[in-house]
Amino acid sequence: MKFSGFKVIKEALTGHKGWKPLWRDPEPQSDYDIVIVGGGGHGLATAFYLAKTFGQARIAVLEKGWLGSGNIGRNTTIIRSNYLLPGNEPFYEFSMKLWENLEQETNFNSMVSQRGIINLIHTDAQRDAYRRRGNAMRFAGADSVLLSREELREKVPFLNYDNARFPIKGGLMQPRAGTARHDGVAWGYARGADMRGVDIIQNCEVTGFKIEAGKVLGVETSRGFIGAKKVGVAVAGSSSRVMSMAGMRLPIESHVLQAFVSEGLKPTIPGVITFGAGHFYISQSDKGGLVFGGDIDGYNSYAQRGNLPVIEDVLEGGMALMPMIGRARLLRGWGGVMDMSMDGSPIIDRTEIEGLYFNGGWCYGGFKATPASGYAFAHLLATDRPHDTAKAYRLDRFAKGYVIDERGAGAQPNLH
Amino acid sequence: MLIPHPLLGLRDAQEFTYLGDANLMNRPDPNAPNAEAMFCDYVFLRDNPAGVHRELWYHEQGDRSWLVVTRNTVTHEILGAELASDVALAHREGSK
Repeated sequence: MKFSGFKVIKEALTGHKGWKPLWRDPEPQSDYDIVIVGGGGHGLATAFYLAKTFGQARIAVLEKGWLGSGNIGRNTTIIRSNYLLPGNEPFYEFSMKLWENLEQETNFNSMVSQRGIINLIHTDAQRDAYRRRGNAMRFAGADSVLLSREELREKVPFLNYDNARFPIKGGLMQPRAGTARHDGVAWGYARGADMRGVDIIQNCEVTGFKIEAGKVLGVETSRGFIGAKKVGVAVAGSSSRVMSMAGMRLPIESHVLQAFVSEGLKPTIPGVITFGAGHFYISQSDKGGLVFGGDIDGYNSYAQRGNLPVIEDVLEGGMALMPMIGRARLLRGWGGVMDMSMDGSPIIDRTEIEGLYFNGGWCYGGFKATPASGYAFAHLLATDRPHDTAKAYRLDRFAKGYVIDERGAGAQPNLH
Repeated sequence: MLIPHPLLGLRDAQEFTYLGDANLMNRPDPNAPNAEAMFCDYVFLRDNPAGVHRELWYHEQGDRSWLVVTRNTVTHEILGAELASDVALAHREGSK
């Protein structure tokens, strides 16, 4: 189904009875050229770019639940490319550029809104670190602006600038960063992939891989065996579970990250703001709710819900930063399961099993990476070579000492 | 979450810090011929099961003991806790 202004007006005048489902609900065929495991943002984006950009045919996306039921619907919708290390920054900037053109590419309103992100500075050392980061971003073609305290106060006057312990001294801003409608991203990619012949098969859980002589032949599913020349796994959160069926152990722990939304308020927070002294980040959705989050809970979890101590910690961070939100009522809180990798950076790579490819380890940065992750994974699946911006995301980088550790925390996933 | 400390009874999980899989207690032999590969697996790879998980918690705000806690990662139910020193001693006795 194609969207146009004419169609919207026509439907408005005829009782909205002509809208059709955005994608088919096909029965799985007996085999495909490429099977993508995981119908979340990354899996759907991979299928979309495989079909559209790399001209591949006979593609299926297998999803255990319903389309977009995992982390693509559970994140805080922030898109940005403000990383430091050369292994990461070009990739996220590539993603940012894909975000900027996403709606034209998919003909679907993903509500990409470049309202800017500001990382706050509280100490001189932090200003030095952010100046370095801002320069690293510019090296990769991204934008960054170092804001003085006065410039910052003009943009966001409501912060607690004179907090006795964490006075605000300025900020590092990326004006092109912002937010996007997370479900809309999944729907746009799903519809675009479906229009190009990709079978999106929901309620189809992968229960095993068929591997013979070191080569993958297909996947066992709850809806029978599906043959495949290549299998791409994009199931961040459950990566260890799925890859263990292929006999692999991963450099990943699953952790739960919580997020929250307040009641709807009038427009008050212009972009995304992150606290530099604790772990708290906040933006305001188009509906008016304040969307915010903080640290992961810190223990292995597949529960999609967290515990009270971290909720308190996040809210304390919020109160230290902007006391005005104290009167807003908390509407909802939820949790999502993260692939926390051993260096805090993702993996997009082949595996030792021929025809089996892996995409995961996104920690809590998976949403902003959705377009580039899909593009790079499609590139790898179609050409067997890594995309230029994703060359560092190798599975063997841990053994070889090429870790990409933004935080410098070592092999301790709950610290990344 | 409340952790049933073997000496102190039920304690709030907030008093603890979390390290990870209890297999981290089984450090490979640095003199083994394949020590490099063994240490790479030991440092970086995890089973990361969905279900029962044995893991190390440190009672930082309490008696500073290390515990091996058995917990379900799907439900957060805590099934038991032992002193890590007891687990290590039993392991040493067992391997004699």
